[in-house]
Parts: sequence; C-alpha cells; structure tokens
Amino acid sequence: MSNYIKLIALGLVTLFAMIGTNYARDLAYQVHAIIVMLVAGGLFLYTLRRTGEAKPAGEGAQNEYFDSVVRAGVIATAFWGVVGFMAGTFIAFQLAFPGLNFEWAQGFANFGRLRPLHTSAVIFAFGGNALIATSFYVVQRTSAARLWGGNLAWFVFWGYQLFIVLAATGYLFGGTQSKEYAEPEWHVDLWLTIVWVAYLAVFLGTVIKRKEPHIYVANWFYLAFIVTVAMLHLVNNLTVPVSIWGSKSVIVWSGVQDAMVQWWYGHNAVGFFLTAGFLGMMYYFVPKQAERPVFSYKLSIIHFWALIFLYIWAGPHHLHYTALPDWASTLGMVFSIVLWMPSWGGMINGLMTLSGAWDKLRTDPVIRMMVISIGFYGMSTFEGPMMSIRAVNSLSHYTDWTIGHVHSGALGWNGMITFGALYFLVPVLWKREGLYSLKLVSWHFWLATIGIILYAASMWVTGIMEGLMWREVDANGFLVNSFADTVAAKKPMNIVRGLGGVMFLSGAIIMCYNLWMTVRRSPAKEASLTVSVPAE
Amino acid sequence: MEIYTLLREFADSWMLLFLFSFFTLVVIWAFRPGSSAVYEDTASIPFRHVDAPAPDEAEVTPAAHKEART
Repeated sequence: MSNYIKLIALGLVTLFAMIGTNYARDLAYQVHAIIVMLVAGGLFLYTLRRTGEAKPAGEGAQNEYFDSVVRAGVIATAFWGVVGFMAGTFIAFQLAFPGLNFEWAQGFANFGRLRPLHTSAVIFAFGGNALIATSFYVVQRTSAARLWGGNLAWFVFWGYQLFIVLAATGYLFGGTQSKEYAEPEWHVDLWLTIVWVAYLAVFLGTVIKRKEPHIYVANWFYLAFIVTVAMLHLVNNLTVPVSIWGSKSVIVWSGVQDAMVQWWYGHNAVGFFLTAGFLGMMYYFVPKQAERPVFSYKLSIIHFWALIFLYIWAGPHHLHYTALPDWASTLGMVFSIVLWMPSWGGMINGLMTLSGAWDKLRTDPVIRMMVISIGFYGMSTFEGPMMSIRAVNSLSHYTDWTIGHVHSGALGWNGMITFGALYFLVPVLWKREGLYSLKLVSWHFWLATIGIILYAASMWVTGIMEGLMWREVDANGFLVNSFADTVAAKKPMNIVRGLGGVMFLSGAIIMCYNLWMTVRRSPAKEASLTVSVPAE
Repeated sequence: MEIYTLLREFADSWMLLFLFSFFTLVVIWAFRPGSSAVYEDTASIPFRHVDAPAPDEAEVTPAAHKEART
C-alpha cells in the first residue's frame, strides 16, 4: 500500500520537474529541474520494480545497530572532503595566478562561482556528512538503542546528498541568494528543511527510546546543533520566490536587519554546526580512543550550557563599523570575549581526558590527530574573541587574516577531529582488527599539520600587511596604496597558502587510500564476528 | 508602545534575569551533592553497549555487564 502512495508522489514530482525543465526562467533552475526529474523518475522505476514483491526478511532487527547508513556516511565524508579540499586548493591558486580563471570557463568556473562551491563542499558536504554519520553512530551507542524510524535514516543520508548536489550545481550555474554559507536558493532550502526535520526525528526518536537512563553529553551537543541549525536555516531563508519556475527569490528582511539576521545565522553556523556538533564528536571519540572517560563530566555540562547561552549573541561582531547600532556590535563583541572561557573549558576537558594516558601520544597517531585538533580549537577560540574586539577588527576585517582564522579553525579543529573519528570508525564499522597502516596516519598527520601552519602563517602575514597598507596615509592625509598594490604585495603569501592547501589535500588522499586498504586488506576482527548477539 | 521598544525593554530585564538565573541554576545543579557518583556512571556510557543495543529487559546480568565494559 505504502508503495502505491510513494509511486503517486514520485510520479507527480517527476511530472512537476518535467514542466519545470520546460518553463525554467534561469539556467540554475533548469539544471535542478533536470536533476530532480532524473532522481524522482529513477526512484519511481526502482519502487515500481519492487512493488508486489515480498519484503526481504531480517532487515531492521532491533538487536543490532543500524550501521550501514553510518558506513555510507563515512564514505561520503571522505569523498566530499577530497572534493572540497581540491576546490579550495584550486581557488587558492586562482588567487595567486589569475590566469587560472580560464577564459573558456568564464561564468562557471571562475573564482566567484567556485568559492561558494568550496565553502559549502567543506562545511556542509564534508562537515555535514561527518556530523550526520558520527551522530548516528554515537547516538546509537550511547543510547544503547537502534536508530529510530527504520529507513528514515537512509532518507536523511540520500536526501542530504541530493541537497549537496543541488547546492553545488546551483553555485556553478549562478543560482545563489548571496548570503554567505546560506547561498542556496529557496527551492533547495525547502528540500533541506524536509531532510533536516527527518534528521531531527531520527536523532530525537533514538534519544527518546534510549535504554541508558542518562543522555550522554555528546548527544546534548548533537541535539543543540540539529535544533539550532533548523532555527537558523528557517529564519535566514525567509524568502518569497519571484516565480515557482525560477530560482530567484526576495528576502523578507531588509537593510541592516537583513545583515544582522545573516550574521546571526553565519556566526551560529560556526557556533553550532562547526563547534557544537564537532564537540559532540570530541566528547565521544576522544574518550574512546584514549580508552578513558572524559576528564570532568561536570565541566562538560557547564561547557554545554555556557557555550549555547553565549554563542547565539556573538553574531554582531561581523558588523563592526557598519549601519548596525553601536550597542548591538558592542553586545556581540562582549559576548564573543566571554565565549573564550567556555571554549577553553571545553578544550581543557578534551585535552585532560588524556591525563594518565599521555604516553599514547607517542604510539597512537590517531590520538595525536585528535589532540592537535583540540589544540587548534583552543587557538582559534582565542584568536576569534581577540579579532572580535572593535579595535582589532578595524585592522583585521576584510583582510586575509579572517580567512586564516577560519581555516585554522576549519582545517585544524573540524578537519583533524573528523579525520580522527574516521580513523576510529572505519576499523569498527567494517569489523577490522585495526588500521591498514599507522605510518600512513603519521604521514597524514604531519602533512596536514604543516599544511595548516603554512596556511595560517601566510594569512597572518598577508592579512596584517594588507590591513596596514589600506590604512596607510601620507603627510597630507592621502591614502598611500591603491587596492591593486596590496594584491600585488600578497602574491608570495598566496602561493604559500596554496602550497599549504596542496599538503592538506595530499594528507586527505593518503587517508582515503589508508581507509580503503583497511577495508580491503586488514585482517577481519574474528572475535566480534563470532560473539553471538543475544537473541532477546 | 512600539514593538521594538517593548521587546528591547523585555529583553533587557525579565528575559535577561531568566536566562542568567537558568544558567546559574544549571551550574549549581551540576555540583549538587551526589552528582559525582551519577556522573561517573554517565561518563562511562561510551564504554558500554559497543557492539549491540541493550536487550529489552532492564535486568543486566553480571556477565553481560562484564562483557560490555571490555
């Protein structure tokens, strides 16, 4: 019966997408209509072939964890990671060598089009898949329950991949609402909303049916991430489409309010997507890899509440010296500085989890990766509050210093903790004795670390230089440098930054090879295969 | 009264008081007597039920307990 409803729905979506392909007012919408038509049409045929067939038995046993979707998430994370890092490295070289904005690809593959592709690929595709996969893994283990909702988890996974493909193709073909980190247009936003509600249902459903009396702290962080991102996404994307057959839409906010809503969204995307969610990862995978419980559970509770109470107010620091009222930007600045404390509380909690097991740093490159990620977390959560101070911001804003700060957080903290989680997960999920090669993990570790250092250091130099050049005036009060002078002066640092990206990217490729070989070559973990699952 | 002024007034007074006292109570709650024992158990959740969900019955046999903690 449910298959008939599915067939009707898929048929209607396919038909609608066909009409959309014909009537599309712009290229991005047309491409999206074609993608939706193919996906919905394909699913229609797939469902049709299985209608009336007996359901395969044995699927969805409640006495097993739902790990197949986590395995798919791990593969997607590694794949999108490499894609996103590659796009980033390429656009870094586009900045150093403008000739790479090829004439034949103008309007599709120039810096302006590829830059949102890079940011979304690393944040939402790489980071988002990592968060979905690890949250599904962690919530099952810490709730001692199978994922709620059966195949809804598969819908979340594939629905999210479709969102990524729609977002990425949209950027290339010019479908963007020009809000940083919220570029996708209204039709893609609607689809993400549906997927996200399903994600919340799966996660919350599993937490509700948990067998453990307490909700482990990692789940608090994951839940805060899911709920807050839903709220941010809805408020920042309140748009009215111009036409149902076109991707253009108009936002309901105007002027400085729109700017404030955008940066309320933007900074909390950092605070809840890239911080809270990844802290959930930290609170599970660091104790697991160190084989000892978190340093202080009390501190983790205070960390959680302090972080979510403070982060939500920090957005206005993106709008110093703008039309935003002074009180609002002062508020944002003060909260950003207060935020330093819970951030470092969390960092201390993560690092001190290793107390008594510091020797593991020498022998286990995976824990080394996790520790350096926490180190980068501490560094960027110090740098951030400092840059939010109005006087510092007047120098740093609009310069490459900001980009360096973002990357020491994103590559260092988000990237490294995700790599650590992947190195932990792959042997467990594919039931292997261990990783294929720890030596390759060490290679990855050093390539990534040196890559980030090259990146961050070159951006500090070029950012401060740029800021100083912009404000330099001569005795008569005239500006000394033109904008093009700063661009020319930045060239060597831009090349160093690109090289840092190459190193980070090659580390990630080594990781993919290592994980692939772990699945292919590592000896299977006999013990856990023979232990029978209690058949209650 | 303008809605902006009303909201601003509310945010500066009652909401601020509510959020601040909520946060203070959370901190005090975390340090309540007996919390250490509870949190010690909670903090060890990642080391249980690694391979399979908990069985439906709430009773946990000592053997299962031992297995789960390894």
